[in-house]
Amino acid sequence: MKSFTNVNPKDPQEAAALLKKAIEKGQTASLAGGGSDLLGMIKDDLVGPDVVVNLKGLSALREIESHSQGVRIGGLVTLEELSQHPLIRSQYTVLAEAAGTVATPQIRNVGTVAGNICQRPWCWYFRQGFPCFKHGGDRCYSVVGQNQLHAIFGGGPSFIVHPSDTAPALMALEARFRIVGPHGERVVPASEFFILPREDVSRENVLEPDEVLVEIELPPAVQNGRSTYVKIMDREAWTHAVLSVAMALEINDGVCRKARVVLGAVAPIPWRLPNVERILVGQRITADLAGDAGRAAVSRAQPLAKNGYKIPLTEALVRRTLLSLAG
Amino acid sequence: MKPISRRSFLERSGTGMAAAAAIPALEAPTFQSRPLPAEERGREIHLKVNGKDHRLEVEDHWTLAEVLRDHLGLTGTRVGCDRGECGACTVLLDGKSLYSCSYLAVWAEGKEISTVEGLAEGTQLDPLQEAFIEHDGPQCGFCTSGQLMSAKALLNSNPNPTEAEARQALAGNICRCSNFNRYLEAVLATSGKGGSRG
Repeated sequence: MKSFTNVNPKDPQEAAALLKKAIEKGQTASLAGGGSDLLGMIKDDLVGPDVVVNLKGLSALREIESHSQGVRIGGLVTLEELSQHPLIRSQYTVLAEAAGTVATPQIRNVGTVAGNICQRPWCWYFRQGFPCFKHGGDRCYSVVGQNQLHAIFGGGPSFIVHPSDTAPALMALEARFRIVGPHGERVVPASEFFILPREDVSRENVLEPDEVLVEIELPPAVQNGRSTYVKIMDREAWTHAVLSVAMALEINDGVCRKARVVLGAVAPIPWRLPNVERILVGQRITADLAGDAGRAAVSRAQPLAKNGYKIPLTEALVRRTLLSLAG
Repeated sequence: MKPISRRSFLERSGTGMAAAAAIPALEAPTFQSRPLPAEERGREIHLKVNGKDHRLEVEDHWTLAEVLRDHLGLTGTRVGCDRGECGACTVLLDGKSLYSCSYLAVWAEGKEISTVEGLAEGTQLDPLQEAFIEHDGPQCGFCTSGQLMSAKALLNSNPNPTEAEARQALAGNICRCSNFNRYLEAVLATSGKGGSRG
């Protein structure tokens, strides 16, 4: 592996300052939360940081804290901690389930929630170092290539899918992300955090190179709320989603009062389906309604040559998940 | 005649091979930290590995797996893919399993590391190791130490796992010989005996 200098900031402000300083010196810098994915990318020469800013010493960001306005989740909380946390499991089930489906125990023990949200795409062309848009090149190789796992929504000019499991869950929960930069803080709703390639093809979210995602804020749990994450994989464990859905419903007296439906692995960002949500609100969830919702979910899909199978799969996943969650 | 099992065949042929081989006992090579020229000197870290304290000079980009294998001589930890995918390099850090190929040694400063070498006490194997032998878990053996460490992490936190829990716990360890079911049986058999030793 290429050599680099590891630095250990004590707080997020220092981390952001270290990033800024490295950039000003003409160096490249990378953040390491868990660091597993970063080291793989360095070994594969996909990134070559001069400085690795190791966040593991920021113990204040390792807490899950409940308060009157909701729950604060430090960015360094591991996926394993998140998936096992009693409050997250009971009140924010979709998030615990999503975190529990990520990769393997070894990765979940190290991997952080912020790292999972901010991970780079797993498109095989990107990961093999093809000079694609994401690497500063001039094309997306999936368009005329092997695009079985690529986007059916929101694609162009790059057709990557966002690989995170926790990101769709956090969008369904209407989370907000607290970001620290060298000049202070900002809070961005999950729904505005991720950006499409047509907006900026070089990155997947709004983070600037000297900013750190430090905390996730969840709104108070809703009474009569229920939520779930269902992940379709091409084997039973240890892989990314072929397709997934994060769903959060509020059901009072059998009637759906509020719905959030977000798909994973179908678009370059977690893909919310407002048209499906509108169909559900004010209705009893019947088999017919779930069928309508499934059809609406894919009404705007635009498949590439080899990923058309995602359309019936998405339709069935939305329909079935809705029925099992409402049932 | 007693049927020949794969295990007894290997034991016998192994004895035959040992007898036929040249007699001088193989001594495990002793590894030392590679002395570095002053300008390349890294930083000193402290690790507790299998209960023993070590002070080491490492470079920032060295992985924990490299340090364990190349600088502490603990070659029981294997490096297969070197990308955090295969699981052969699994060790425990403060009791939790991780891929040591995908974790920097400098990040492990002050931590307690357990490797496969720490499982047996002298010649007394850990119950998990006994069960792995009994159930013919290892085939080529390359993934075995990683399988053992994942199983150890599971039984330390959950002494009586269900089959589903054990499957999940071993999901990050790939066996190219595809002997997953035997490893699973061995782990479940150990947990049935009241868990593996401390």
